[in-house]
Amino acid sequence: MASQTARARHPTEDPLWAKLVVLGLVLLFLGLVLVLPLVAVFAEALRKGVQPALDAINHPDAIAAIKLSLITAAITVPFNALFGLCAAWAIAKHHFPGKPLLITLIDLPFSVSPVVAGLMYVMVFGLQGWFGERLIDHDIKIIFAVPGIVLATIFVTFPFIARELIPLMQEQGVSEEEAAVSMGASGLYTFWRVTAPNVRWGLLYGVLLCNARAMGEFGAVSVVSGHIRGLTNTMPLHVEILYNEYDFVAAFAVAALLCLLAIVTLVLKGILEIAQPDVKRGGGH
Amino acid sequence: MTAETISAPRSSRSRRPLFRRRSAIPGFGLTLGVTLTILSLIVLIPLSAIALKASTLSPAQFAAAAFSERALAAYRLSFGTALVAAVINGVFGVLTTWALVRYEFPGKAIVNALVDLPFALPTAVAGIALATLYSPNGWVGQYLTPLGIKAAYNPVGVTIALIFIGLPFVVRTLEPVMRDLSADVEEAAASLGASRIATIARVILPALGPAWLTGFALAFARGVGEYGSVIFIAGNMPYKSEIAPLLIIIQLEQFEYANAAAIAVVMLAVSFLMLLVINAVQAWSRRFV
Repeated sequence: MASQTARARHPTEDPLWAKLVVLGLVLLFLGLVLVLPLVAVFAEALRKGVQPALDAINHPDAIAAIKLSLITAAITVPFNALFGLCAAWAIAKHHFPGKPLLITLIDLPFSVSPVVAGLMYVMVFGLQGWFGERLIDHDIKIIFAVPGIVLATIFVTFPFIARELIPLMQEQGVSEEEAAVSMGASGLYTFWRVTAPNVRWGLLYGVLLCNARAMGEFGAVSVVSGHIRGLTNTMPLHVEILYNEYDFVAAFAVAALLCLLAIVTLVLKGILEIAQPDVKRGGGH
Repeated sequence: MTAETISAPRSSRSRRPLFRRRSAIPGFGLTLGVTLTILSLIVLIPLSAIALKASTLSPAQFAAAAFSERALAAYRLSFGTALVAAVINGVFGVLTTWALVRYEFPGKAIVNALVDLPFALPTAVAGIALATLYSPNGWVGQYLTPLGIKAAYNPVGVTIALIFIGLPFVVRTLEPVMRDLSADVEEAAASLGASRIATIARVILPALGPAWLTGFALAFARGVGEYGSVIFIAGNMPYKSEIAPLLIIIQLEQFEYANAAAIAVVMLAVSFLMLLVINAVQAWSRRFV
């Protein structure tokens, strides 16, 4: 384009005034919609100083909620990672009819309201549900207990990792795996030594998004949890209870903790996107 | 999982090929089996439980539960605010993506990361933050009240929450398409004498159409079902600011399980319709690639 130096501006480039107007509008909009709520959380948490905020996080109920959120994520993320790897291996490395339908079904939880997701587990495991009476007979609690919270969280985060791995593994094709297998490598060995190194960053990307949503899920968990303090309260539910009790400093202090988690997630995600541009292909929500 | 369980199906099935172009890579039976089993247990069977529960109602009972005055008002609110929010995100989503793809400016990496905040931030946190900001004496609300705008505890508040939730869907769907737009058509239009605005309106925006529609539909679908970020700012007044997902929870708390299922069926039907629309738009857009 050096030959076109006669023109000050390349024809596909916007004039400066347009750039400034667009950029101004965008930054104003993002500031109002995204930055302001983030700032408000920290400002409200620290309204009465650092100590009340720390006390709220140190409260036994808050610690129990943090523990439950961590446990939920610790079960949900590996489970969905295992599912994602299985689904991606079957879909990306093999031919079979009905593949688009299977992919659509894996995506389904994205378009189901979290409240409906919670409701369906109540229909299956709740008192009036399919297995309700049998579960009571055996003294097993799923709804209003930790298993229900984990199930609901698995559902809402179900597509995250699979959605990341399927396009990535499809793009990489099958030639490397076929070469390994033809030289006598077993399936597991091929996966571990050939496929896994190729998809590990995509997997990590999916794990990041899945973990953030698992720690922060509210609607689905709210339906199945029963809001029992110290027992079935996750961090977002604890925030809700404190907020509804007008204990704003405590509510925003726990919320600030969740904000920090979100910021760490975004920073790691950004680093991953710059270091491994391939991972962004998946387009997980 | 041992090596044997994965490699075993290979030897047995390679003698009887099931499909025309069989992959030489082992593990198909095992991984597809695990995939279908988990999918059925986590997604398909529980979803059918809702349909079965709703089917215990007679058609008249179903209509009374799913299409009561209160339920209709809730759908109107949920669909209406989701639509307005998706339109606003549609406009600002294009501008944001345009700035991210075409412009260089300081802090671009931060803005880019920030766009994903609604994916990473728990919805309840967004909910209490927005409710505090837009309440009559909040940072933003105090300036809106003198203007006669009641943002929080009103449909306006619901829309604000859904704008927050939906933005990344539009930006992240548009971004790869905008990045891949080839410069030659744009250069051709410019060299044939089209003004910059005419080039954008008649060449660039039409090419973004399918991706824009997909992002719009994703944001809309998410907005219709959204709960956590909305209930704190909505006010939750029956007939006025009560969203459809909240009505499900209210029915559930009154132990009206079948009624809750009836409303859920209506919402699921809309979700599936949106999913069909999104798939159709994507299939349609692939014809032009």
